[in-house]
Amino acid sequence: MGLFFHIGRYTSFLGSVLRRPEKGSVFRALVLDEMNSIGIQSLGIVALLSVFMGAVICIQTAHQIGGWIPVYTIGFTVRQTMILEFSPTLIPVILAGKVGSNIASQLGTMRVTEQIDALEIMGINSANYLVLPKMIAALACIPFLVILSMGLGIGAGMWVGVSTGVSSVADFEYGMQIDFNAFDVTYALVKTCVFALIISSVSAYHGYHTSGGALEVGRSSTKAVVYAVVLVMVANLLLTQMLLG
Amino acid sequence: MIEVRNVSKSFGGQTILRDISATFHPGKMNFIIGRSGSGKSVLTKCIVGLHRPDVGTVSYNGREFTSMNRDGKKDIRKEIGMLFQGSALFDSMTVLDNVLFPLRMFQEARLGELRDRAMFCLERVELPGAGDKYPSELSGGMQKRVGIARAIAMNPKYLFCDEPNSGLDPQTSIVIDNLISDLTQEFNMTTVVVSHDMNSVMEASDFVHFVHEGGIAWHGSSDDLLRGGHPVLDEFLFASKLMRKLRESTRP
Repeated sequence: MGLFFHIGRYTSFLGSVLRRPEKGSVFRALVLDEMNSIGIQSLGIVALLSVFMGAVICIQTAHQIGGWIPVYTIGFTVRQTMILEFSPTLIPVILAGKVGSNIASQLGTMRVTEQIDALEIMGINSANYLVLPKMIAALACIPFLVILSMGLGIGAGMWVGVSTGVSSVADFEYGMQIDFNAFDVTYALVKTCVFALIISSVSAYHGYHTSGGALEVGRSSTKAVVYAVVLVMVANLLLTQMLLG
Repeated sequence: MIEVRNVSKSFGGQTILRDISATFHPGKMNFIIGRSGSGKSVLTKCIVGLHRPDVGTVSYNGREFTSMNRDGKKDIRKEIGMLFQGSALFDSMTVLDNVLFPLRMFQEARLGELRDRAMFCLERVELPGAGDKYPSELSGGMQKRVGIARAIAMNPKYLFCDEPNSGLDPQTSIVIDNLISDLTQEFNMTTVVVSHDMNSVMEASDFVHFVHEGGIAWHGSSDDLLRGGHPVLDEFLFASKLMRKLRESTRP
């Protein structure tokens, strides 16, 4: 099916999702459940990747500099890499794989086992009931995970730099503070929010429109991750040009 | 009463339903029968609004359903209960939460009262002790009964059952048929059952609509069914030796 078909159906899907929830108390409980699933259950992988990435950036930068390039460049590079690109872009890409496939396979399974039809028969807007809590939870949790990732990555870079002797604490801290522009964090968080919406809505779109059986659920899950990652990358380019260009 | 008038439905150029008209009576077991792929499930989905007919109308007690907006349909859907072929229970919820679900969504009463209603429905389908279990822990027959309990939780006026006996042994099938039949009379519901299980049709039906190649080829009361006279219906009805013997035994 063509690109325009998907754009039209996605827009119509969002039209069904972005409506007033049926019942506030049920909706709040669903959002909390999804925050646990999307946020709390992703803490481990985000922390692990951020620590290793911060450490590796530190070692690579130390390896590149030498002679006339000051040592504080290590702290500067770790900070800039984590804040500008690794945390706000690569963490959402990883979450597109973890959270996106989870959302798509959950909704796909519900579709092929007629659970979504059961919601519709009851008079419930199934897209709104199932997807809006996921989008809100993603919007609330992914920026938080990205901020955590920034802190852990920079901390791990500092720890590795000091413990391997490539930088002193003072040099690293100086590099971390030099030429700091708070707008970089704003830029990172704006990107993250857009990516959170892309990951949750695109994955949900593919899962919700699954038809067939178990094989199609797997296909939807794969498509959800691929499309979410590609759209995150396209949005990354556009937002970077708009905000920093 | 549910009235279907001149409903047609196509998918991708292939016509599935052709100009179907039918009436389903209140307080009765109305069966839609037919071979696999004849269009009976699509017809049911058109009636409940999961598919929009290309042409034609569906009315619930005179209220024209097909042209209603989402809010209008929502009001009618609150009067509809449906048992799905695979039960369609929410597998992340316990049995009690499944039955409670429509009550929680649409009723403002205290949780205790809603739980009492849900427990009543579970007792009515003879599953009072299964509330804490998850659907995956239940047998196929028990899942169907939970599906029925969830379908009747909102005290519906219309009950739809899509192949309620699929995957069940003959004894359990009869239990499910009788349960649906009893509930239909007890709640005076308009019940529509989609089936190709002839035991079930003979056991529980009051009225029968035979769907063949997307149209209603025959309709009448269950008493008229065995009299035959329609070649395609006869071919369908008497496909098994058992049914042929039954026909022989009932001939004067």
